[in-house]
Amino acid sequence: MRRTTDGVIRLSLTVNGENRSAAGVSPGASLLTALREQFGLLSVKNACEQGECGSCTVYLDGDPVCSCLVAAAQAEGRQVLTAEGLAGAEAVQRAFLACGAVQCGFCTPGLVVAVHDLVHRTAKDPSGDLDDAAIREALAGNLCRCTGYEKIIEAVRQAAAEVRSEGRGQEAAR
Amino acid sequence: MEFLAPADWAEALQAKAAHPDAVPIAGGTDVMVGLNFDPRRPTALLDLGRVAELRDWEVSEGVVRIGAAVTFARLLQSGLADRLPALATAARTVGSPQIRNRATLGGNLGTASPAGDAHPVLLAAGAVVEAESVRGVRLIPIGDFFTGVKRNALAPDELIRAVLLPEAAGPQQFAKVGSRNAMVIAVCSLSVAVDTRRRTIGTGIGSAGPTPLTAPEAEIFLADAMDWDRLTVRAGAAEHFGGLVAQAASPIDDVRGTAAYRRHALAVLAFRTLSWMCRREMADV
Repeated sequence: MRRTTDGVIRLSLTVNGENRSAAGVSPGASLLTALREQFGLLSVKNACEQGECGSCTVYLDGDPVCSCLVAAAQAEGRQVLTAEGLAGAEAVQRAFLACGAVQCGFCTPGLVVAVHDLVHRTAKDPSGDLDDAAIREALAGNLCRCTGYEKIIEAVRQAAAEVRSEGRGQEAAR
Repeated sequence: MEFLAPADWAEALQAKAAHPDAVPIAGGTDVMVGLNFDPRRPTALLDLGRVAELRDWEVSEGVVRIGAAVTFARLLQSGLADRLPALATAARTVGSPQIRNRATLGGNLGTASPAGDAHPVLLAAGAVVEAESVRGVRLIPIGDFFTGVKRNALAPDELIRAVLLPEAAGPQQFAKVGSRNAMVIAVCSLSVAVDTRRRTIGTGIGSAGPTPLTAPEAEIFLADAMDWDRLTVRAGAAEHFGGLVAQAASPIDDVRGTAAYRRHALAVLAFRTLSWMCRREMADV
């Protein structure tokens, strides 16, 4: 049960489909710190460290979370997906480029994870209405200081339409 | 600092008994903010993330027992949301989707912030906190749970196992004032629960006192003023109810708002939540 040896932890988890481990992790370190400093995943941005900005958003066992608010040791044995490892994020990435939803780019990886979750969740649920209010509520935890959000919302609509039509295509092919 | 990761509830209780200073961590959305900003370290973190028992909920004889590590995202899903609509409404105002995916009901109680979003609902519903230690189980009525600013009634060796809430027995509401629709700590908040079977009213006030509060005089007044057969209240009585709710608060001036604003807003929220619950009957007839 005690995970610390000489005040540090050995951390093993799955990151973007690969088994990774790191020694010497501080027991109070966040998953954000471990992903950046131990595993070199620099898409996971460090900004507010209090869950306000969403720029460190990653999937943890399938749920988008702020990696700054997860203790690294809590992720032992879990599955983490970052923007680098998102399979099927092409639709989201294309939409962000096409709509001009990227300016400085700092918030983009966190937003790509949050939008990836949103469009795939709503594609599975045909009753899920993706109007502007629903998009704004779903992305309320991701701050962008450049775009004014309009182009991001446009990108979400475009990505959602593409993911939905892909889904229909797959249904038809079956 | 030690990191303790018990595999089940029995181990968690043993760990807390052996390390009473250990800080429990579940979703981490409060505890990690502290660790990220405060160089001081607790002697140990006690990770409850592997204790599967804490993530379950069940219903028995009209009482919903929610495991301490049930997340706010889960409270929004069907099953829980339709049995406990005010708790779902409050859950939806917590942080952002990322926060709701991690933050837990038990963690909200453990932190015991006067602004905790679940607290007004738990007070209005008359919840009971199920605490446990190696010494046994203790049921703490929610009114006795909050003992001061960020202080609760847990003994050093106790952990929160679950929260017990009666299934909604009538309309219930929660409303919160803040500067945005997301990621806000409440300026003030209010929950009102109407129990049509027992013909009683429950209230819970957040972020307007050193602890979350109830408004007992307002509850008694409204229970008396309510037309229980038609579930209607005269507008004048609804306004008076708002005044009594505001009087029950004990707010301070701080960065989020003034005491006077909080009192005013609580009266508005009281009238408004009542009008949502008794919509067409508010006319002064």
